[in-house]
Amino acid sequence: MITVKKLVKRFGLKTVLRGVDFEVQPGEFVALLGPNGAGKTTFLRILASLSRPSLGQVNIAGYQLPSQAAQVRARLGVVSHLPLLYGDLTAEENLRFYARMYNIANVEERIAEVLEMVGLNARRRDLVRTFSRGMQQRLAIGRAVLHDPDIVLFDEPYTGLDQDASSMLDEVLKTVAAKGRTVVMTSHDLARAEDLATRFDILSRGVISASASRKELKKTNLLAFYKQALAG
Amino acid sequence: MINKATEIKSARIKSTQPKGSFIKAVAAVVWKDIRAELRSRELFSAMLVFSLLIILIFNFALELDIKTRQSVTAGVLWATFAFAGTLGLNRSMAIEKDRGCLDGLLLAPVDRSAIYFGKVISNLAFMLIVEVIVLPVYSVLYSINLFQPGLLLVILLGSIGYTAVGTLLSAMSVQTRTRDILLPILLFPVVIPVLLAAVKASSGFLTGAELADILLPINLLIAYDIIFIAVAFMVFDSVVEE
Repeated sequence: MITVKKLVKRFGLKTVLRGVDFEVQPGEFVALLGPNGAGKTTFLRILASLSRPSLGQVNIAGYQLPSQAAQVRARLGVVSHLPLLYGDLTAEENLRFYARMYNIANVEERIAEVLEMVGLNARRRDLVRTFSRGMQQRLAIGRAVLHDPDIVLFDEPYTGLDQDASSMLDEVLKTVAAKGRTVVMTSHDLARAEDLATRFDILSRGVISASASRKELKKTNLLAFYKQALAG
Repeated sequence: MINKATEIKSARIKSTQPKGSFIKAVAAVVWKDIRAELRSRELFSAMLVFSLLIILIFNFALELDIKTRQSVTAGVLWATFAFAGTLGLNRSMAIEKDRGCLDGLLLAPVDRSAIYFGKVISNLAFMLIVEVIVLPVYSVLYSINLFQPGLLLVILLGSIGYTAVGTLLSAMSVQTRTRDILLPILLFPVVIPVLLAAVKASSGFLTGAELADILLPINLLIAYDIIFIAVAFMVFDSVVEE
């Protein structure tokens, strides 16, 4: 579903990604872990076609980036730590706007489905700026899956959420993943990643330094694996 | 059961193809901007108050006789529109950037020039509404009739050129920390040809010059509008991508 080979990203003289090789099978939930500044967000932005790779190959759902970016974007949903929502529009209006941008058929029916899924049906006519951070993040997930993408990218989705909001987000994330979608999530929260993901990749110093499936990790815990990957 | 689910999904995926969705995306961006602005009135009120303040300041600063007023009107008007327009352009793109919404727009599977055209149309609409309010106020304060079809045409053409280049440059400057000061520094040198042609054509209509003398700046305005829109159409994708 996602194949990345020898990916390099430079910003001027600074090289953030130094030859990343990464592969995700359909239906996998991959947690991309790593310290601050490891290049996780940059990597996800390249997968989302928001940033151009300096070198290397990126293939998503059979389409090359950046040359077939529009086709890739039609199959991708992205959730970042920012909500990507307009505060002066209602929840429903935000989704309607994105539905038009994605040229979705049966807009009203789909909006109702998504609002139900993220538990915001009762607040559909409220302005997004009146929402709590947790509610905004749930609506952001609704926005990301509105066009029923095959792949969903989550960039630090738990940033700024309290315990209750994080638990609620867990449930929404599980629902998103349960539909057979391929998920890549960057996170600092090892416990949450361990609970949700089926594979764990560690991005350190601009390369994937270790990778293990849930089965492989059974012998050790994620924290030990993570520390070992960073030390190596 | 599986087939039904797959069919529904493929129908949705099919509907997200970029083909044919360009105009729909442009309309969606315009609808979104106008809807949000009707609620917040942030951008419009800032532009309007700023414009009215500028013409008031000029009114007090320049105590002129009627004849001299006619000769400075074009310059005062376009200085007002240019400064107020910069405020609007900055705010319009800052709204997209602050909550990450620009990324949301860029993630849509449409040609990114659709986003550019949507933003140009909404920025132009806000600028024209402010101009429609400023013109009668100016007419009363300076005792000059500004409601001449030729002058209105020049204002429309000048505003198109200004917002066409301003929207592109605001998409560039919004990526920086110094966006508020960077936009005017980038915009004014580039937009000088539009402003010069607009001032000359406006002045021609206000002083009752021969049509032949006014045609040249009007033709220049049309040419600049076409060039700026074409260049922005070609480079917008590169400007907004990292």
